[in-house]
This record gives sequence, C-alpha cells and structure tokens, in this order.
Amino acid sequence: MAKAAARTKAAAASPSVERRPALAGRALSAPGVKVEILPPAERISLRAPQASLAALSKALGVTLPVKPKTSATKDGRTALWLGPDEWLIIDETGKDPLADCAKVTALHSAVGISHRNVAISVTGPVAAATVNSGCPQDLSLEAFPVGAASRTILGKSEAVLLRTAADAFRVECWRSFSDYVFTLLSEAASDAAN
Amino acid sequence: MLLIRCPYCEEERPELEFRNAGEAHIARSANIDAESDDDFEKFFFIRANPKGVIYERWRHIHGCARFFNAVRDTVTDKFVMTYKAGEPKPAKLPGASK
Ligand SMILES: [Zn+2]
Repeated sequence: MAKAAARTKAAAASPSVERRPALAGRALSAPGVKVEILPPAERISLRAPQASLAALSKALGVTLPVKPKTSATKDGRTALWLGPDEWLIIDETGKDPLADCAKVTALHSAVGISHRNVAISVTGPVAAATVNSGCPQDLSLEAFPVGAASRTILGKSEAVLLRTAADAFRVECWRSFSDYVFTLLSEAASDAAN
Repeated sequence: MLLIRCPYCEEERPELEFRNAGEAHIARSANIDAESDDDFEKFFFIRANPKGVIYERWRHIHGCARFFNAVRDTVTDKFVMTYKAGEPKPAKLPGASK
C-alpha cells in the first residue's frame, strides 16, 4: 500500500507523465448562452445508509441532503442527492473528499471518480433552453430551482445536472461522453437563442 | 412522452429516464432445490401477460437508479400507480370500482 502510494507520488512528479483533462479549454459563445469546459475537480461517488449520514456529513463538512433533487454546498464542496442512499460529492478547491470519508468508521462506500467525469458549464439567459434541447426534464425555475440537482438523460448520454444560478447549469457527464455532450450543447446553444 | 411517478424521487419524470424490468411480485422459492421442473418452469419462464392491468417492476435507471413497482394498463398504457420495491401489492387501486 505504502509502496503504491510512493509510486503514484513519483509518477505525478515526473515531467513525462502529464494528466490532460478531456476537452480542456473548449468553449463556445452564442447569443444568450455560453458553453464551456470547467476545470478538473475532485469527485466521489458516495453510498451510505441513513444511520451513517451524520458522521459522513461531519467529516465532509457539508450536510448530505436527503430530499430528492436537492444539493448542499459549503466552502467549494457540493453534495448532490442522486438517490435515497447515493450522493455525488464535488470539491472544486482541490481538497480530497475521499480522504475525509476514509476517517469515518460508520458504514459507507466512497469511490473516487474525479477523472471519470467532465463538467461543462452552461450559462446565460437561454441556458435552460440549451440544456432542454437534450434533456426531457422540466427545467423551469418552479420545477428545477437554484440548487436543484438530478441525474437524468442528455441526448444519448446520461448526465448529472446542477443548477448553480437561475441562468447557470453545471452539466456532469462521463469523460468518454464529453465530446458528444459538448458538441450537443454547442449545437443547442446556437439554436436556443432563435 | 409518458410521465412516470418515481416513488423515491417523489415526482413525475419523463419516461426516457426509466426502464421496464418485467413482471412484479414473482417470489423465488425459498427451497429452490425442492421445486419440480414444472414449478420451476412456471416461476422462471411463464408470465401473466394480461390484456389490462399488469403489475410490473420498473427501474429509474437514469435518475435515482432505484427499482420500484408500477401498476399499468397494457391497453391504454396508462400508469395507474407506482409504489416502492418491497411494498405489498396494493389491495385497492385508485379509481377502481372494486
Ligand atoms: Zn427516482
């Protein structure tokens, strides 16, 4: 275990090994909406029963939401309700939520998925119409308010949506789908304003 | 598009997020070794396939990912009701006369 950790450290420091995030820097602007790839973030997939939530919330520094389609954010770390015992944790400050969960003895499963996902931001007055081009959910502010989060479908890909502001969405998709999702949203952005 | 109420998400969601998972309330024998070939065939292969009200398992696969049960009319494709996995078959259906 220690040996493996040392090797990872050495590899990370080596100039010949460089992590290239998918689609880094890609962005598209259309009238009323901007679609851009967000920087890499730390992510975990968390599964836990009701009895473990208090301990996990304390360790993560953010209260795990228990209401469907909601999220909670504190100090750059967001917990998204995905299912009755499933959360997606996203940390944008570089701190590792996996290490925080490792200290918790209560029953849970935490899996690091930082580089499995790519995040795309869709912002602007027609952001909802842009996402709706591939997503069948009601994204009106009444049905999907600021802070709402949901796993859903986006065209032919599965995605997780988080509404960060009235006119802003964070779209999380799997890395291998990111080219498709970015292209879909880019095409939609050009149409949405019309 | 059909809207299906997920009992775990507690709201109606578009059908594209769901997948059918076959007939509901089919219990596997606790002593499968003792099952006769005929009984096993009935359990494993034979389904009611009714014209009308059917009890099915569905999965909110692109949502909360949970399995649940649904009562659907195979003639109209109308979802009569949905309920959580593990809950008993509803004795009375909403809107039913008996
Ligand atoms: Zn659901």
